[in-house]
Amino acid sequence: MAYQWQWSVFLQAPSAGQTYLDWLLSGLGVTIALGLSAWLLALLLGVLLGVMRTLPNRFMSGVAACYVELFRNVPLLVQIFIWYFAMPELLPGGETIKALPPMLQQFLMAMLCLGMFTAARVCEQVRSGIESLPRGQRGAGLALGLTLAQTYRYVLLPMAMRVVLPPLTSEFLNIFKNSAVASTIGLLELAAQGRQLVDYTAQPYEAFIAVTLAYMLINISVMSLMRVLEHRTSLPGLVGK
Amino acid sequence: MAYEFDFAAVTPAAIRVLGEGMLVSLKITLVAIVFGIVWGTLLAMMRLSRQAPLRWFAAGYVNLFRSIPLVMVLLWFFLIVPQLLQKIFGLSPANDLRMTSALVAFALFEAAYYAEIIRAGINSVPRGQMAAAYALGLTYPQAMGMVVLPQAFRNMVPLLLTQGIVLFQDTSLVYVSALADFFGRAYSIGERNGRIIELLFVAGATYFVLCFSMSLMVRRYRRRVAR
Repeated sequence: MAYQWQWSVFLQAPSAGQTYLDWLLSGLGVTIALGLSAWLLALLLGVLLGVMRTLPNRFMSGVAACYVELFRNVPLLVQIFIWYFAMPELLPGGETIKALPPMLQQFLMAMLCLGMFTAARVCEQVRSGIESLPRGQRGAGLALGLTLAQTYRYVLLPMAMRVVLPPLTSEFLNIFKNSAVASTIGLLELAAQGRQLVDYTAQPYEAFIAVTLAYMLINISVMSLMRVLEHRTSLPGLVGK
Repeated sequence: MAYEFDFAAVTPAAIRVLGEGMLVSLKITLVAIVFGIVWGTLLAMMRLSRQAPLRWFAAGYVNLFRSIPLVMVLLWFFLIVPQLLQKIFGLSPANDLRMTSALVAFALFEAAYYAEIIRAGINSVPRGQMAAAYALGLTYPQAMGMVVLPQAFRNMVPLLLTQGIVLFQDTSLVYVSALADFFGRAYSIGERNGRIIELLFVAGATYFVLCFSMSLMVRRYRRRVAR
């Protein structure tokens, strides 16, 4: 019994005015929105933590180190379940979260989860970027009379962020791939829409191929975007530029 | 109104069930590590090969697997593997092939990641080593197997182990196929007793203790080697 390919399945409409293709596109939209918003959170928090990790203050770097170990050593799936099931019960503002429409609640929790999970990885990249700079840079900044904050803002971070751009690209790619885990808490993103399509149409191959291609498309877009960014921000006179 | 924790659901019987689930998780992890390193080494050698078709195949394989979410890869394999095995061996659809599918999926998926680590490891061995091996009259398999790979692997041990820790955490994703691994069992015990939150924390803490102590060991090993 050979498989019956039926690519026109995407144009069928399960409900009035909405084809299966629309389902996939809405899933793609959710995945992109989730990835971008979580990335914003990851980047802000990750850079902050990465800076804390390299501060001369023992307490600050200790807090950042604990954060990284905690979020790196618990599986993402467990983390997203804890955000979704436990946090609304445990956090003070939980009642307001539970009052939200389910879709928004899932999106919000998935975003916080992915953002904070990825922040731990961004932190480690930023830290190694700062540590890769010659020690004299920090000293020179301070000797010029800059405060520690100014030294980070004007001397260390502009250099370190350029160094870590390639590894950050792969974290940016990872956040879109990891966003598929949000399907487990019921968020209708790309992977979840794909599974729903299989249930409705019994044409699994078409659905999975479409979803897989969509993820590859996201991948390629992010990579070309980051390549442009890398080119734009590159400094003249450095190796490989 | 604070939530009141109640860990009464974690009975000795429940712990035994969780232990069995942990064995499932560890089995998937070990099979994927062993197979992933073997197949990953072959892929890395293909990527560095002089034969263009081999190079293209390996590059395509690695890039394909690395651009798809693991969840999607698992869904693909839970779809394809049972159908394929049923067709080849004439098995009835009643057989539970989820474990087999999970093993195949993780092994093939992880091989792509291991291949990249191993490729970097092979590249880190000085070029002269290969030339010296050839000059001594060794063939390519001898030179690779006895000169280059042993040195490459020694440099890579920490990275391979770290990838193993990531893999162990990723095995929890077999949840999408309702395969009862450690996490799946913890969740269903929690669901049955209305104590999902407690069981999630038990699962999270267990993963944390295991992964954190493993990564501490890797760090200590790395420091000892660096000295």
